[in-house]
Order: sequence, then C-alpha cells, then structure tokens
Amino acid sequence: MSLQGARERRVRTGGVELCVAELGDADRPTVVLVHGYPDSKEVWSEVAVRLAEQWHVVLYDVRGHGRSTAPRPLRGGFTLEKLTDDFLAVIDAVSPDRPVHVVGHDWGSVQSWEFVTVGRTEGRIASFTSMSGPSLDHFGHWIKQRMARPTPRRVGQLLGQGAKSWYVYMLHTPVLPELAWRGPLGKRWPGILQRLEKVPAGDYPTASLPDDAAHGAWLYRDNVRARLGRPRADAYAHAPVQLITPTGDSFLSERLYDDLEQWVPRLVRRSLPAKHWVPRTRPDQLAAWIGEFAAANEADGQEGLPAQQQTAKGPYAERFGGQLVLVTGAASGIGRATAFAFAEAGARVVAVDRDAEGAARTAELARLVGAPAAWGEAVDVGDEAAMEKLADKVAAEYGIVDVLVNNAGIGLSGSFLETTSEEWKKVLDVNLWGVIHGCRIFGKQMADRGQGGHIVNTASAAAFQPSRALPAYSTSKAAVLMLSECLRAELAEKSIGVSAICPGIVNTNITATTRFAGTDAAEEQRLRKRTTRLYGRRNYPPEKVADAILRAVVRNQAVVPVTPEARGVRLLSRVSPGVLRGIARLKPPL
Amino acid sequence: MVSAVQDESAPERRGLSAPELRGFREVQRLAYACAEAVAGQLRSGVTEREAARMQRVWLRERGVRDWFHLPFAWFGDRTAFAGFKVPLQFFPTNRKLEPGMPFILDMAPVYKGYTADIGYSGCLGLNPLHDRLLADLEAHRELILREVRERRSLREIYEDVERLMTAQGYANRHRAYPFGVIAHKVDRVAERRWSPQVFGFGTQSLKGLVSDAVHGHRDGWSPLWSPYSFSDHPPQPGLWAVEPHLGFRGTGAKFEEILVVTDSKDPEQSAFWLDDDLPHVRRWAEEKVAA
Repeated sequence: MSLQGARERRVRTGGVELCVAELGDADRPTVVLVHGYPDSKEVWSEVAVRLAEQWHVVLYDVRGHGRSTAPRPLRGGFTLEKLTDDFLAVIDAVSPDRPVHVVGHDWGSVQSWEFVTVGRTEGRIASFTSMSGPSLDHFGHWIKQRMARPTPRRVGQLLGQGAKSWYVYMLHTPVLPELAWRGPLGKRWPGILQRLEKVPAGDYPTASLPDDAAHGAWLYRDNVRARLGRPRADAYAHAPVQLITPTGDSFLSERLYDDLEQWVPRLVRRSLPAKHWVPRTRPDQLAAWIGEFAAANEADGQEGLPAQQQTAKGPYAERFGGQLVLVTGAASGIGRATAFAFAEAGARVVAVDRDAEGAARTAELARLVGAPAAWGEAVDVGDEAAMEKLADKVAAEYGIVDVLVNNAGIGLSGSFLETTSEEWKKVLDVNLWGVIHGCRIFGKQMADRGQGGHIVNTASAAAFQPSRALPAYSTSKAAVLMLSECLRAELAEKSIGVSAICPGIVNTNITATTRFAGTDAAEEQRLRKRTTRLYGRRNYPPEKVADAILRAVVRNQAVVPVTPEARGVRLLSRVSPGVLRGIARLKPPL
Repeated sequence: MVSAVQDESAPERRGLSAPELRGFREVQRLAYACAEAVAGQLRSGVTEREAARMQRVWLRERGVRDWFHLPFAWFGDRTAFAGFKVPLQFFPTNRKLEPGMPFILDMAPVYKGYTADIGYSGCLGLNPLHDRLLADLEAHRELILREVRERRSLREIYEDVERLMTAQGYANRHRAYPFGVIAHKVDRVAERRWSPQVFGFGTQSLKGLVSDAVHGHRDGWSPLWSPYSFSDHPPQPGLWAVEPHLGFRGTGAKFEEILVVTDSKDPEQSAFWLDDDLPHVRRWAEEKVAA
C-alpha cells in the first residue's frame, strides 16, 4: 500500500462496503479517481500524491476489488447501475455539497462515462477526465454505424478494434479466467506488465490482484453484451470531458473516439505517446492535465467558460498542450520558428540562445501565440558548465523537459586546407558539442524521470551530401546524424524518441554569420551577402521546417529530410552515392 | 522622426510645389478618414467584399472618381497573405470577419488629380499579438526615413527592413506583392471623364507608372522599390507609397503612406513623410504617453 498519509473510511451501499481513501485538504475541491481492471485504487498512487498538493483527492476500490467487499452473488452485482449507486454513495460521503471532478482509467473510465451521461448525477460532476475507457453506449453506436455502412475503411476499423478486444472474449468464458488469474497468470502479471507495458516495478500491482481480476471479470460479463447490443440513445455528457488517448494502447483503437463530439458538447482532446497503463507510466503529465482541466472547470462550475477556450488551437495542441519544450538556437531561424510552433500548440517554451535579446524576444512572442509560459535563457550551448547550470535551473524552476530541440548551429565554409584548427574547434563546439551536452544533460534528466520524452537534433542535408565547400560543417552535421541514430537505439527502452532533422537550404540568417575560411573580411562580407541572396531566392521558410519537427516528434520519426533538395540528396545517398560524389567536386556558384 | 509641421515654402523642393503637396496630403487624409470610418463599421460577419464596397462607396460619395487601385480588404490569416500564390488572391473574398480577427484595408483613391495609396491595419476586438505587430512597425517607419535620407540604395534599404523584420521575429510579407515591392511611386493623374480599371488598377495611374518605368529604365532607376537589382539605385525624387508589411503566423499588419523624396541637400528636406498626423502615428504617440 503506497498511499501514504491517506485517511481511510468505509462506505456502505447496496450490500457492499467500499474502501475509500482521501488525500489532501478536505476543504479543497474534490477529484475522484476511479481505477480499472485488473487494478485497485493503488494504480493511482503516483497521480494521487501529485494531485494532493492542490486538491482533495478521493480514491476508492470498486466493489469486489482491493479492500472493498464483493456483492453476493457476483452475477448481476457489477452492472453499471450498481456502480453508479456506489459512486453516488462515495461522493455523498466525501463531497456532499460540491460537484466533484471525476477521473477514470480503463474500466474506471467506462463506468465514469455512465456517471457523466445519466440524469441522476447531473449537477454532481464538475468535469470528467477519461483515459483508455470508452462509454459502452458510444462504443455500441460506433459498431452499429460501421456495420450499417461498411465502407472498406470502416470495416478496417471494426476489424482493428475487434482484434484488440481479444481479452474481452476470453473473459466471457466461464470459470477459466478465474482459474487463470488465481493461478499462473496472477503470479506472472507483474512481470508481464513490466515487460510488455513498461510499467515500472514497485509496489504495484498489489497482493489483492488475483481476487480483483477474478471478481472484475463480472464487469465484462454483466455489461458488455447488454450495452453493446442495446446502447442507450441518450448517452450525452452533462459535464465537460477531457479525453486523454494513449497512442500506443494495445487494447483500444484511437478511432473509437472519432465521433465523440456528437455526444460531448464540451470536449478537450489530449494524446500521449504511451501504452495502456498511463497512471503508472506518465503520472506527471496526467497530474498536470487533470489539474489544469479541473481548475479550468472549477472557476464557475457548470456555467463557466468551456476549457477549450483556454487551450491552444494548433493542429498539435492535443499532443503538446502544457508540455515543457526547450529549444536551443531559438533567437532566429529554424529554432525561433520551432519555438513558435510549439507555443502555438500550447507548450511551455524555454528559448535558449547566445543572443539574450533574441531569446527574450522569442519568449515574448511565444507567449503571444499561445504558450502558457515562455522564458528566454542566454547560454552558449558549447559551454558545458553553462549548460549544466541551465539544466539545473530549468529542472528546479520549470520542470523536466518533455521535448528537447538541439538546434543551435553555425556555418563554416571554405576548403579543408584553408580551414584553421581554431575554426574547426569553433564549429565543432557549437554544432557537435552543443548537441552532445544537450543530449547528455537534458537526456539524462528525461531518462531518470522515466516518463518518456523526445529529443530532436538539427542535422543537415550536408550530413549526406559531401562537398568541397563545407568540409567542417558537413562533418559536424554527419556526426550529429549518427549521434542521433545511436541515441535513438539506446533511449528507445526509456520511451524517449530521438529524431534527426535534415532541413536543406532554408532562408535563415545562418548565411549572414557563416565564416568563410581563407578569406579576408571584405571578401567574407561579399560572400555572406551573396549566399544570403541565394538562400533568399530559394526562400524556403523556417516555419515549414518547424512543422516538420513537430510532425517528427508526433510520429517519432528517425531521420527527416525537409526540403525537396534534402529529400533528393538522401535518396541519392542510398541509390547512387557516386552522383553525390560528383556533385561534391563542383565549386559553389559564389 | 520629422516634425509634424513641414515648411512648405522650402525652395529646394524642386518638382513639387507646396499646393501639390497639399493636394496629396488632402487625398491621403481623405483615404485614412475613409479607412477609420469603414473600420468603425466593421462587425462580426461582414465579408471582405462588403468591406471593400464600403470603402468604395464612402470615397465615391466624397468625390473620388478614379483609382490607382480599387480598395482591398483582407481578414484573418489573409492579412499575412497566407498561401498566396497568384495575384488574383489579393482581391476581396467572401471571408467573414470574426471577433479577434485582424483586418487590413488598403485603398488608393485619386482625388482632384492627386493620388494616395494607404494601408490601415486593425482588429475586431482584442488581439494582443496584433497590437504587438502594430507597435513594432514604428521602427520600420523610422528606419526607412533614416536610410532614405542617407541616400542608401533602395535595394539595401529593402534588405535592412527585411533584416529588422527577421530580428523582430516576423516574416516580410510585402514580398508577396507584385515584384515583391515595399513601395512604388505615385504621381499626379490626369482627370478624364472615363477612367476604366484593369484588374483593379486605374489605367491612368498605370500609364504614369509605365511611363516612369520606361524613363527610369533608360536612366537606371525604377518606380518599383524591390529586392531586385533594378532597385539598386539611390532614392529617386518624387512621391513613394511605402508599405512595409509584417506577417507572423497568420497575423499580418502594415501601414502605407507617402514618403516625399526631394533632391534637396539638406537631409531634413531631402526626405520626409508627407503627413505625420495619421492613425498609426497617433497610436504610437499615445502608447508612449501611456507608458
């Protein structure tokens, strides 16, 4: 039992006795956490302690689970109507005068959908956060619609979800599931969770698991066939709903929620790259989203502003809302555009750059386009001590970074024989060491937290394309590309994705600051002007690269060439590298 | 910035007499008055076409018979010319105005033979981002005047403006205009009884522009102030309608007004804004007082 400091009470209702635990100040608004199958309220322990700082958190063992008693007989004792009675009894006991915020995971969410769509709870629920558990009524209509007009896509969706629901059919067989759970499956379950679902080891699941799982089979047997066959036609939500969809859920398809807007007038969608057991694997993110949504709907209860108005609107808002994103080289070009794109998606942004004024400007505009918070930090990414200091500050003041974009880079052009070792050092310090420091320091924080994350490194099309004009720059970027690939392999087991972005020729001010080795100041100025004009004529906007970066994070892509020329070069590097070697010998038209 | 009151009798201003300047100033004020009047009538649900018609009607009622170009109106992300590929997209559409949306009214009436070309940025309701863009335009007005007085090449000034926009975090959206111009020359126009328009542009004014282009081509200058090499020359005396246009992720803002360039040796008199009593200039002054 890991709910330390919880106050327990027993609530009697409908022939069973429920074990209810409370955390946090009882005068605060109440958040009720409902667990799923095969779980007990302890599945919420990590989320509950985080929420307890702000809220009155209430958890209870569903009848037949954990330390609540089971109904007799079991058959017919787990209908959604009875589960609603239990819920009402609990909130009558813990929050008699004030509506509560309900949060459900898995079967906890399935039953909470019932709570939030039946008339007798109207006015008692201030908001509902659902994860990994659809309303059986909505699910029933979803199936019916697809059966009625079976287009190929709809048939595919049906088959997809049908395959994911294999365990539901198993649970309908009599006796066998009980035997399995009380026997070998019960023993092996913790190991299975760790291996397949990446649930961290610890004091979960609890010792009551075999009984919970055996009793809980009746949740399925009492409700699934009845509700899917004859879904209620009036299952409209009377409270705002926040839907959190884990994108890697092995049991539920994301498509299940496609038509949800027709049932829920006030819906906020979130998505999370994680597997089914998010309360164990992503407690920080869940606590943040639950707290934010509850607070938005707390201000003035049912009549208040729908929370949608307070969340960002961009196409990726579902995924990045409230996350912490750190971008280096954020005072200009691709870094700045990336910071804005994340800001538009509702992320909190830390803009890092050597140019303090530019970084502050990026942060200011980021707040104007939708970031709930944004900060500018003046740091040279090549300076290890400064990066360490920055990481400490960010962790202490803003939190652990969810998405890290190592974008800072400088240009260096000129023949190899004319490039001095000083110039080499300078370009490697920023382009390679900057990335190494970022990945090492912030990547470690991410890995230690153990709740996933993503690292994006800006490489370049020059990582594939050899060239006599850019030996040092290309070398540094090729190193970044390989570093990203290696790191991706290593961090995959921590659910941290790593992407390398290869932009190509993009209209940014890198050309205006590039060092041209072996030239004097006047000639360098001329070359800078000339390349800036050439890049300006190409006119590929950094905003498109920023979009590619967000897409790469959402899809967890490994290597992303962005401009057509970058794609072409990547293709050639695979099918006919000789062509690239030929191009490498050409002198640039400057 | 130049003082609000210009000494109109300065003898150096060859080519532009005081009454002429007064005529241009009069029509520019008329156009801005129209923009403010129409902006005041814009409501949620009004379309770009309706807004353009309101401008046209308002100016016709006050004696405007010819145009450099017919009024434009852009709403929402069209203020930043999002996705503009062909010039036809500049023409007003049925896009409806919504609360919080930015808008731009752009018109170029000819009145008593004098041309104005103005741009007015506004916003229906509150939009802090749009306020920020408008405030940041001030630096461009100062930059352009300073560098024109220094007689820098127009192409260089163009690049400096673009650099400042980039530093501010914005995109240069005047690049979307035909030839990517930040400004073009305007001049007096003969008053004819029949003055047709071609693609929204008045034929009389186009005639003037084309003849300037032909003369300029011989002498090495162009009436279009662009990023290209044909603008690589010092500012040519005359009247320039200058229109720096900022864009930022679906929000755009611009101003457009006339810059007078003369061949005076005195820097103050060699270039000045035709009028300093314009809505955006007043707005900046008010913001300074408030701060």
